[in-house]
Amino acid sequence: MIRTTLPPILEVHGLRKQFGNHVVLASVSLLVPRGSIVSVFGRSGTGKSVLLKCLAGLLKPDAGEVCFENGSVDVVRRRCSYLFQANALFDSLTAFENVALPLEQTTRLGRREIAQVARNALKSLGLDKFAEHFPAQMSGGMQKRLALARALVTQPELVLFDEPTAGLDPPARNAVFEMIVQYRRQFDFTAVVVTHDVPEALAASDRVALLEEGRIHFEGTPTEFAASGDCIVRSFGDNKVTLRNG
Amino acid sequence: MMRLLQAVGQSSLATVAGFGDFAMFVSQAVAAAPTTRRLGQRWIRAVHEQGVRCVFVVTIVALFTGLVLGLQGYYVLARFGSAGALGTFVSLTLTRELAPVLGALMIVGQAGSAIAAEIGIHRNSEQIDALTTMGIDPLGYLITPRLLAALIVFPILTMAFTLVGLAGGYLSGSLLLGLDSGVYWSGVHFAVRFADVRECLLKALVFGVVTIAICCHSGFTTHLRAGVSGSQAVSVSTTRAVVLASIATLAVDYLITSFLV
Repeated sequence: MIRTTLPPILEVHGLRKQFGNHVVLASVSLLVPRGSIVSVFGRSGTGKSVLLKCLAGLLKPDAGEVCFENGSVDVVRRRCSYLFQANALFDSLTAFENVALPLEQTTRLGRREIAQVARNALKSLGLDKFAEHFPAQMSGGMQKRLALARALVTQPELVLFDEPTAGLDPPARNAVFEMIVQYRRQFDFTAVVVTHDVPEALAASDRVALLEEGRIHFEGTPTEFAASGDCIVRSFGDNKVTLRNG
Repeated sequence: MMRLLQAVGQSSLATVAGFGDFAMFVSQAVAAAPTTRRLGQRWIRAVHEQGVRCVFVVTIVALFTGLVLGLQGYYVLARFGSAGALGTFVSLTLTRELAPVLGALMIVGQAGSAIAAEIGIHRNSEQIDALTTMGIDPLGYLITPRLLAALIVFPILTMAFTLVGLAGGYLSGSLLLGLDSGVYWSGVHFAVRFADVRECLLKALVFGVVTIAICCHSGFTTHLRAGVSGSQAVSVSTTRAVVLASIATLAVDYLITSFLV
């Protein structure tokens, strides 16, 4: 487990975001320790994805700040990757081309090096045999892995997961969280996961946060979350924690 | 009365804001050119998308336009005993007006609509946001190559339109109606001056940039369509792109013609 004493890779202070008169995030503050998996829970419409988009710089907050190891949101964008709920893969590009795209556009690597790095990324996620397949020719789980391969190919320090298990059946949900844990170890990144799947996330995460009425209502370890007597925390079901090894 | 004034005011402000947004969009796409990696590859793909795909429709429309011009022109000119001026009539009509305008409308219908739909789907499926999170400028990646492609595709296809149209005029005027082919082609030869070709190419260039920019902008702002979302928003964006680009073609044509005539 990650200790809270580890230095934070990401700090969020007093983040506020509203659309028209509707305040989605009132004042969100959150610390993400380096190397940890932090899951953010919350009911539908509480602004979890809005929070993630503010972290990634896709939405500009109305107030507050996002600091990436004392850098600005522009630094976050250069050193983080974002895994979209619907994967956001380019359907006109093959799996290989999807993974090679960020390398081609943001690095000065040569063609051979890009091909090598992209093939290694596909191989490490078990997709090397599907390099020439288009996303539409792949299963939902494979598309998720392909999106993760694309997210990891630039070796980000922080990966933001927006509901990575949405629309998947329970075994597939477990597999996705196992994949996050496994690749976190392998690639040594920090993960922020927005999800509705409380049991799976509790088992996979180092820390959890509960977003309620535009604020972080609870922040702590999965064990603390499961032991909490708070009625809102308890409303998130039978939060039995099966902590993973290591 | 106040409500009416308020509505007119809001609509005017929205129109001005829309023009400003469009101008920013185009200028940022142009400014992104020097920093976009592998622009050449994307440009070649865009040239194929706008050029090669449109060759067939442009050729067919040009042929029938030339045939009709030859037919109509012959009978109208024959009334005044000037059938020999058919080559002059067909060549100047095509070079100065019909080739750039009809060519642009055909490219908008074929490639512009496809561009708006494709970019709209990119927007809907968060692929544009994905580019941003990967540190790739979506304007440089999606828009810049298409604008640059329009600079070469529209003039070339307009020239092709003119040549095929002239052949169509020859087919109907000379081969079908019996006008001497030497009279027809000498009319073409002596009528078309360098200034006419320059006007034709200038129009093609301007139409290319304006119409492709409108189609790109329409697709890029699909998420901002009021009252619709998803595939319906893509549909609205595509329709909007074709309608606005067609109107813009005719409006800009009038402006350029009024300055050059």
